[in-house]
Formats: sequence, structure tokens, C-alpha cells
Amino acid sequence: MSGLSGMVPSGITGRGMALLVLAALGLAVAPFVADRYLVSVLTTVLWFAYVGQAWNVMMGFSGLLSLGHALYVGLGAYVSAALFVHFGIGPWAGMVLAMLVSVVAGCVIGFLGFRFGVKGVHFALLTIAFAEVARIGFDHITWVGGSGGFFLPVEAGASDPLNLRGSPVLFYYVALALVVGALFLSRALLHSRLGYQWLAVREEPDAAEASGVDLFRARMTAVAVSSALTALGGVFQAFYFNNLFPEQVFSMGRSIEIILPAIVGGIGTLVGPILGAFILTPLGEALTFLIEAGGLDLPGLKQLFYGAALVVIVVFRPEGVWPWLARRLRLVRQPGEGA
Amino acid sequence: MTALLEVERLSKRFRGLKAVSEVSFAVPEGRILALIGPNGAGKTTTFNLIAGVFPPDEGRVTLKGRNLTGLKPNQVCAAGIGRTFQIVKPFGQLTVEENVVVGALARERSVETARRQARAVLERLELADQASRPARSLTLPDRKRLEVARALATRPTLLLLDEVLAGLRPTEVDRMVEVLRDLNRREGLTILMIEHVMRAVMALSDRVVVLDHGEKIADGAPAEVVADPRVVESYLGAEALD
Repeated sequence: MSGLSGMVPSGITGRGMALLVLAALGLAVAPFVADRYLVSVLTTVLWFAYVGQAWNVMMGFSGLLSLGHALYVGLGAYVSAALFVHFGIGPWAGMVLAMLVSVVAGCVIGFLGFRFGVKGVHFALLTIAFAEVARIGFDHITWVGGSGGFFLPVEAGASDPLNLRGSPVLFYYVALALVVGALFLSRALLHSRLGYQWLAVREEPDAAEASGVDLFRARMTAVAVSSALTALGGVFQAFYFNNLFPEQVFSMGRSIEIILPAIVGGIGTLVGPILGAFILTPLGEALTFLIEAGGLDLPGLKQLFYGAALVVIVVFRPEGVWPWLARRLRLVRQPGEGA
Repeated sequence: MTALLEVERLSKRFRGLKAVSEVSFAVPEGRILALIGPNGAGKTTTFNLIAGVFPPDEGRVTLKGRNLTGLKPNQVCAAGIGRTFQIVKPFGQLTVEENVVVGALARERSVETARRQARAVLERLELADQASRPARSLTLPDRKRLEVARALATRPTLLLLDEVLAGLRPTEVDRMVEVLRDLNRREGLTILMIEHVMRAVMALSDRVVVLDHGEKIADGAPAEVVADPRVVESYLGAEALD
């Protein structure tokens, strides 16, 4: 399994397609059969699946390690929330500016990194630095509540989908739409000229450049696409939770949470981030539930669990769960098997 | 006979060490020129200067009269120079075909057209049956061929080959020599090659340039150059012992 053939369901088998359709149907009807709690868990799963896909565009497709994706979530969240609270501009219009601000931030980081040859781990440090600056900076911007938090007005029983006000089920379907949209967008990008160039840059930058790829441009577009998509996740978060605290939204921990599903599911694959979110989030929730049911007070156990899950994956399935599962269950065709 | 590539008084130092010193030569259109010399003579540095990996300290490089000095590798590629790497650099996780598609996309916007061109190039290099294999799973001779295929797919007017025959068995060398000769004769492709396999150099090249310690010490027809006492002393003498 390799390359596009391993990442893109173009080589999907009949069995793989059946499973995909079944999963899609299941998710489409889930709110009709699941209770409120389960819907909220699924919404969280879908949110992580979505931002994981957004992060994957940078790391998985283009080989750019970002450990500060909370920055784009936070900017998207704060910009859209501020527009709504202060100017009455709804999220559907606000998301345009939210994405724009995020892309500008991403391009500043990208420019600094790619112009001055900041590579690999050092580039990752640069992304952390910007997220941390935002975290501390937003603590002091009283216009959006500072460290005391920023709150969106909540009306009980409101149903105004145009302003993303409504029941948890509305948010569930919005999150599902984001995941499906990101999946199709990622697939289209990978099959495009730009997608080939991203993969080439990820694999061998020197050879990519010698093959006519403008490294700076390819990397900048990856950052722009990834930060724009991630900002949408932030908009969703602001209107779903209705409160924003810089300590949480921009935290290093959040940046890590964003990338775990993609690592567990399979970096660079289309399905990996989604599968990873479906594995990690429910397990984390179940753990929290069991601890509370047992009457224990063990803060940080979830983080410990995530850490352990990561170790298991890195040791036993470094390519992620999805490539292995797809091979074992014959969900995708292996290279050389023909169409 | 006009020169396609002209290299004029090219110099490059690395921390005071003269890697290439005032090297000049020309590659006539439609010909094959071999760049030979002992290890550390500055051959690959000369290649990298032509390909835009780093700018020269002095001198200039022109292709069809157009100044390429200071351009980046992707711009040099766009100008019409394709290159291979001495230490092969395949896009390991991509398939063989996808590797070549990346090359074809240098001049092609449509992925579908690029894929058709890639298949044609793979046929040419006898790699078609490996098209759907991951590049990292190829044997060394096949990886060398893949380097050539990817560079060819960018549709260059000048092909830079950096030791594509090194490490190949004699039969594989002969196959590659045939492919290169064919590309040169039938399609008029101009080739500049760094090569240690003298048998191939003698068989293929119209002209040979010899570098030693960053300086050009000989430039002429293959038969003349191998008879040059300086060349024998600095390079061929040592090689002949192999």
C-alpha cells in the first residue's frame, strides 16, 4: 500500500465501498436512535475528525509538522464570535473573515519558516510559539473578554440555523457535513496537480524542486488550505459551546488533541483522521465515564490514556490503524492488483 | 553547430575550499557530452550550479542564450533542463507511475494528460510493468531508470545525468546506453552526463570534459582526451587499476 493508491478510495474494493456507505448511513440516522449524550459524544468525534483532516493537509500531504493548530481553531472561534457578539454578523458570513484571519496567520508562519529555511522540528517549534503568543495575547484583549472568557448569548429553545443557533442535533449535522466536505475536498486535492506536488515535496523536496515544483508556493498553499479549514472548526466550536477561554482554546494540549486522531488513524491517508477520532474520543469518554461511575477523582487520566494509545500505535502500527485495517479487511486494492 | 548550454568561467567555493574554479565548456545542441574526473573533482558541484541548487560565486550559465544564473531549481527545470541525482531520490511512498507524473506535471496542467505522458515515458525506460509498485520497493538499477524517467517526463531540451550507470551490472549498463543513445539519435535530446563507466563514456559521448581539483584539465573528442597524459595521470591511471 502506498501513495495515492493507498490513500485515496479510488482503489477501493466493493467491500470497502459497502462499509463506507454503511458508515455514512449510520451516521446520517444516528440522531434518530441515539440519546442526547451519545449525540454529543458523536459531535465531538466528528469535530476531531474534521480538524484532524485539516491538519492532515499540512503534515500528511505536504510533510509540514504543525504542533500549533489550536492557533487556527482559536482565531476562527474568536473572530466569528466577536463578529456575532459585537456586530450581529452571523457565522455563515463571519466564517469568511474567520478563515481569512487564520490564513493570514498561517501565511506569516509559513513565510518565516519557508523563507528562512526553518525545517522539521524547528518549524514545529515556530507553530507552537505562535499559538502560545496568541494564548497569552488573548488573555489581555478585553474586547473579547480577556482571560475571563468570551460568551455568546444563549437563548433556551432557540432555533435559528442561519445563525447556527439551535439544538445539539443541528450541530451534529453541521459537524457531519464538515467531515464529509473535508473528505471530498482532500480527495479532490490529492488527485489534483497541487496534490501530486504536495506529496512530492513531502517525500523528497530536492527532487520535487528539480521536477519543477515551486517549494515555497506548494508549502504556502498547504498552510493556507489547512489553516482555512481549521478556522471553520473554530467557528463551529464557538457557536457550539458558546464560551471561549484563551487558556483552553489556544492551549498546547488542544493542539496535541487535534493531531492524535490523525496519527492513530494514519497520517497522510484520507480515512485515517476520521477513524482515529472514532477510536480515541469514545475510548476517552468511556474512560471518563467509568472513572466517574467508580467515584474516583483522577484528573489527567484521559491524557495518560491518550499518551498510552499513542505509544501503542507508534510501536505496533507506525503507519496508523487505517492502512493496516484496509489491508487486513481488503477494503482497498493493493498496488499491482489491477482495477 | 550552435551551443545549447554554455558554462562560462564558473566558480564556487565552500568555506574557502575551491570546489569549482573558472570552469568553461559548451554542450552543442543534439550532442552528448561527458563530464569525467576523479572523486571530489567538482563534477556534481558543477551540475548543481547548472541546475540552480546554489548560485555560483562567479561565472554564468546560459541555455540557448538565455541566462540561467541565479535561478532556482524549479525555474531551471521550467527553462528546459531535467536532472537526475547521483544518490537517487525517488518519491518513495508514491508509485513508480506517480513519480513520473510529478515530472510530467512540470509542463502539464491536466493530471490525466500527465499520466498518459508518464506511461509513455515508462514504456520507453522499460519500467511499465513496475508502474503501480511503490518506488521505494524498486531495485537500484530500476531506481536509476526511474530517475531518468522522471527527469525525461519534464520534457527537457537538456538532460543532466549524474552517474546513472554507477552500480549497474554490465548488461544493465548496455541497456541504459541503448536507451540514452536512442533518445539522443531519435529525438535529438542533448545530454550532459557525469560518468565513471568509461566503456559507456566512449560509446556514447561526442565530447569529453575532464575536471580535476575543480579545474578543467582537458576538453575534446573522447579518443583524444583518454590519450592526454594529464588525464591518464589524474584519473584514468587510477581507474585502470579497477
